Amino acid sequence: MPAYAYPHYDAVRPPELDGENLLHDVVIVGGGPVGLSLALDLAQRGVRSVVLQSSNTLSEGSRALCWSKRTLEILDRFGVARPIAERGFTWSTGRVYAGDREVYHFDLQPERDQPFPAFVNLQQYFAEEYLVDATRRAGGLIELRWQNKATGIAQDGDGATLTVETPHGYYPLRARYVVACDGAKSTIRRAMGLGFEGRVFEDNFLIADVDVAGDVGAKDRRFWFNPSFDPSETALCHGQGDGMWRVDFQLGWDVDVAAEMRPERALPRIKALLGRDDVETTWISVYTFQCRRVEHFRHDRVLFAGDAAHQVSPFGARGGNSGIQDAENLAWKLALVLDGRAPDALLDSYHDERAYAADENIRVTSRTVDFMTAKTPLRARMRQAVLGLAEKHDFARALINSGRLSTPTVHDGSPLNSDHGLAGPAAPGGPCPNRRLADGGCLLDHLGRGLRFEGLYMADGAPGAMPLPAFKTLRAADVPVDTIVVGAGDAEGLRALPDPDGRVAATLGAAPGQYILLRPDQHVASVLPTFDLADARAALDRALARPPAPAMARAGE
Amino acid sequence: MAERMRTDLNIADADAFYEALIRSHEGLSDDDSNLLNARLVLLLANQVGDMAILQQCLAAARDGLD
Ligand SMILES: Cc1cc2nc3c(=O)[nH]c(=O)nc-3n(C[C@H](O)[C@H](O)[C@H](O)COP(=O)(O)OP(=O)(O)OC[C@H]3O[C@@H](n4cnc5c(N)ncnc54)[C@H](O)[C@@H]3O)c2cc1C
Repeated sequence: MPAYAYPHYDAVRPPELDGENLLHDVVIVGGGPVGLSLALDLAQRGVRSVVLQSSNTLSEGSRALCWSKRTLEILDRFGVARPIAERGFTWSTGRVYAGDREVYHFDLQPERDQPFPAFVNLQQYFAEEYLVDATRRAGGLIELRWQNKATGIAQDGDGATLTVETPHGYYPLRARYVVACDGAKSTIRRAMGLGFEGRVFEDNFLIADVDVAGDVGAKDRRFWFNPSFDPSETALCHGQGDGMWRVDFQLGWDVDVAAEMRPERALPRIKALLGRDDVETTWISVYTFQCRRVEHFRHDRVLFAGDAAHQVSPFGARGGNSGIQDAENLAWKLALVLDGRAPDALLDSYHDERAYAADENIRVTSRTVDFMTAKTPLRARMRQAVLGLAEKHDFARALINSGRLSTPTVHDGSPLNSDHGLAGPAAPGGPCPNRRLADGGCLLDHLGRGLRFEGLYMADGAPGAMPLPAFKTLRAADVPVDTIVVGAGDAEGLRALPDPDGRVAATLGAAPGQYILLRPDQHVASVLPTFDLADARAALDRALARPPAPAMARAGE
Repeated sequence: MAERMRTDLNIADADAFYEALIRSHEGLSDDDSNLLNARLVLLLANQVGDMAILQQCLAAARDGLD
């Protein structure tokens, strides 16, 4: 395979430079995976955005490599998941070795009939390329301005004004909301003087993209503690798209970074890991990792998402994946606040939910790094004990931590949840589980496309016995709730989803008569044990951060 | 029949336990860290109580070190 030919994108000359005075609904600073996903998600909800991109090309090197099942489900709404899955390297098994011996393997895909695998590995530049392509299919709602770099920001009660630098000169850019998706070194975060606190892990990781002629013959994630082929403390090998490989070596702290990156030093160890001579590197880099986040994800008119808001070590693939999940969380909220149907407070819930997710990811990835880098004699001894016991004893295998791979956060305790004590696979605050349907499509294809809530009603008896008029009332509300009757062939003008073999009900873990209220981002707001219009409305209000409607206003409906 | 040592995972959140274990050693010298581990062994053994199980644990811990 020839090395990736980075596309060049010409500088965009914006109308503001020619004196136009525009007020944009949303300006997204940064056109990485998170900024682009946000623009696409907003467009799907009918919201126009401008994306500023300082660069003239795509991400350098493979970087975010492992795209999780949930991320693929999100990207599928933009038509981007299938191209990723087709080009990428699919895996669900991780193998962990101590020296040369396999001590443990884990399988990430126990659920049945999934349209997407646990992970697809694809270089970040390919993912970005597909996202950029998708912005062109977004009905003109996304204006992507290459070589437009935000350099400063000021805000007032009605919006924020950015200063933007282009090859043609500077201009001011005004928006009702600005979302900073400008990566770990976020200009916006710095311009606003916000801290980015956390832990730096004192270790260097050599990371390379490798081209190998022919088949390496591995189909799993492979991770070594104390590999026999290298002096590194750990090593990791992943397949990626176009027959490329990605390798990581944990070098330690006191190393000569420039020397380690030289091909004559790096190549022999890469050859030893892959067990082949016919290899060529296309990207070599040395990273140190940190875990940190901004304290508040929202500052009035400015919101932070992706690496600009939080950073984790990459073992677990939680950076890009959780960033794209920030975008899906924010898009529908911004859309409803912008058109006045939800109060401003809904945007505060973005912080509540996604800072909670960031804390979870930071906690999980920090534990991994603590296991991987045996910094003190005690840690080294404990790890040796775990790896030794793991050969014979199951429980110790569970303690081996080579990365706990990204799963979507269940936003437990979110102020938007109405909890009625039912906690099945569809739990308040978590994404609706997916399943391939008997007709070849999948459950999530039916959900989360517009700017409306959806209710999954588990059919109970004949249509005449179901509360269909109440569902129609909900569908006519200002923020509509579109009910889908699961397990019915027809529901008198309402959407119906036949479930001949009961797999949808089983996937949702829902009994007849239950009602699952879903937000536009396919997340569960509430599971009602039985349908009740007042309860459904209360759950909807809560999920929109609206004050509960007074009882009076309800009478007579 | 004598009780058997458990080898399946019996800790609900294994990663949280491991973190707490490592944390409990923070700031200790190597000697004190060893002493902490020794105390911990005694405390945990007393939770187990059953001599037959303790014997199996002792043997499993020793296994491979000779
Ligand atoms: C070695 C490595 C491996 C990784 N592996 C994985 C993985 O397997 N899975 C995973 O999910 N994540 C992984 N990550 C993390 C992942 O790369 C990041 O989390 C992800 O790129 C974050 O996306 P983002 O859009 O927030 O930021 P970025 O990708 O950093 O994008 C920011 C964008 O903003 C633009 N920009 C910056 N400043 C400005 C400005 N002032 N004005 C305009 N534009 C600006 C930049 O040009 C860039 O395009 C890995 C990271 C590394 C380093």
